[in-house]
Amino acid sequence: MALTSLWVVVEPSNGALTTASLELLSHARTYGVPVSAITWGDDDVAAQAGDYGASTLYHVGSLNGSLPGVPVASAIAGLVGAQGAPDAILIPSSYDGRDIAGRLSARLDRPVLTNVTGLSDDGGLVSEHPAFGGTQIVKARFGAQGPGIFVVRAKSFAAESAGGASAAVVEAPIGETGATGSAVIVQSHVEERTGPKLEEAAVVVSGGRGLGDAEKYAMIEEVAKLLNGAAGASRAIVDAGWVPYSHQVGQTGKTVKPTVYIACGISGATQHMVGMKGSKNIVAINKDSDAPIFQIADLGIVGDVHKVVPALIEALKARG
Amino acid sequence: MNVVVCVKQIPDPAAPQSFDSSNYLDRSGKLILDEADTYGVEMALQLVDKAGEGEVTVVSMGSAAELAGVRNALAMGAAKAIIVSDEALRGTDALGTAKVLAAAINRVNPDLVLAATESSDGYTGTTPVQLAELLGWPSITFAKSVTIEGTTAHVSRQTEAGYDEITAPLPALITVTAGVVEPRYASFKGIMAAKSKPVDVLSVDDLGLADQVGPVGARQEIVSVEKAESRQAGEKYVDDGDGAAKIVAFLESIKVL
Repeated sequence: MALTSLWVVVEPSNGALTTASLELLSHARTYGVPVSAITWGDDDVAAQAGDYGASTLYHVGSLNGSLPGVPVASAIAGLVGAQGAPDAILIPSSYDGRDIAGRLSARLDRPVLTNVTGLSDDGGLVSEHPAFGGTQIVKARFGAQGPGIFVVRAKSFAAESAGGASAAVVEAPIGETGATGSAVIVQSHVEERTGPKLEEAAVVVSGGRGLGDAEKYAMIEEVAKLLNGAAGASRAIVDAGWVPYSHQVGQTGKTVKPTVYIACGISGATQHMVGMKGSKNIVAINKDSDAPIFQIADLGIVGDVHKVVPALIEALKARG
Repeated sequence: MNVVVCVKQIPDPAAPQSFDSSNYLDRSGKLILDEADTYGVEMALQLVDKAGEGEVTVVSMGSAAELAGVRNALAMGAAKAIIVSDEALRGTDALGTAKVLAAAINRVNPDLVLAATESSDGYTGTTPVQLAELLGWPSITFAKSVTIEGTTAHVSRQTEAGYDEITAPLPALITVTAGVVEPRYASFKGIMAAKSKPVDVLSVDDLGLADQVGPVGARQEIVSVEKAESRQAGEKYVDDGDGAAKIVAFLESIKVL
């Protein structure tokens, strides 16, 4: 069946749409069918949504402190009821995006495909999903009528402006949500961060269990800072409580595709590799010469991170 | 306070994994408790302990032929387990799983349901929120900390910028990120006690969900499984005091420096 329309959930952040949202709009418009965007909050993002390919922007408006999942899914379900379903709804795989997808799926009683890293039209949308650390690609499609709900990982597509006119804004009212809508944000805390975001940094320096203890993560942050990059982590040290979940690179966690990824004391579990194997260049430091990380590293240093990393810090400092 | 923790028994992530002839994850080998679930079990035990009353029930979907993972949760201190086990469940998707878990949880009537943010094998990551919607409850995902005061849950939720303080009235569903509590090791006494704790095994028919599960309920199909493009290993050196210099030279060659 030929595609006729697509909806994209676009997430506001500090007055603009997130990069992951722009990636999805950019990809959606390549199918040559009308693309509508759905957003919420108090920001005016119609110009940006239009610029990246949306002709209509359904605006849920202010959520009055509610977590987005329930009210936004309610509004989308309302739109589906009022105007019929699009072929597919594309949602960024963010904290709130996943909430919206889960709520919407259950509300509409439609299945959802998550961790999508590619989409193509083959008589309907076919999605790609990495399996077993990205060594295999599973292709999947929905079997019945739409809308297909696809949750797409960041960095799956490039974000490119199309120079389109501002999207026409249409109100999307929130329906009755009852008890489900009772989770509210009391206060937001912004943690100090220096340097670029993990997903947007040209250099990512990550640490793993090989660091030995939590204090040693400071040297990962120092290398990252010296290279104007971001500090990441393997699941093992996030599970151990050394660093927060937001630093995690991998299947559970973030996908990064920097110019160079420097893995320090990371053996290369499949769960980690799927999140970083798309990096342009990979450098690995690990004391085990058989560590799987070396199979994908452009430069592998078999050595002790406690010697190599401090030496690297000195060398970078010496360059000024 | 009664707390349900959703847990999953998964193939050991450290062992080689493959698809079976139906392109489902091969689960025929040894199954273990998903490590991601141990944080929810620990948190539930701590919350019930603090409340001074109530118990922890683990609820799982999957083959009851293997119960080592569920017993592990019981050995940590959960009071009982409900496992929905049925050949008809093979090929069930996230929404179907949520329907099964919702029907099982409705038999327990808990104040709080905890789950991991996603399983370590399928990692769909939507089942808990689908479950909350089916239960008609609020949900708070990606919790870094959870406290309960009276009938209100107070949660610090991970965000891109930092974290949000969230409140929700009970009953509620909360997903916890790894590393937020330190899961206890089961004691010998706990392991022995777990052997006699009740494990209730339910079928799909018991829950009245026959047409909602399996590949038919999933309403999606796998088109193909292909080998992904693989990266080639580059140069590998044993550090001889020159490892850092080699990295600097490499960074220069790709113009990062």
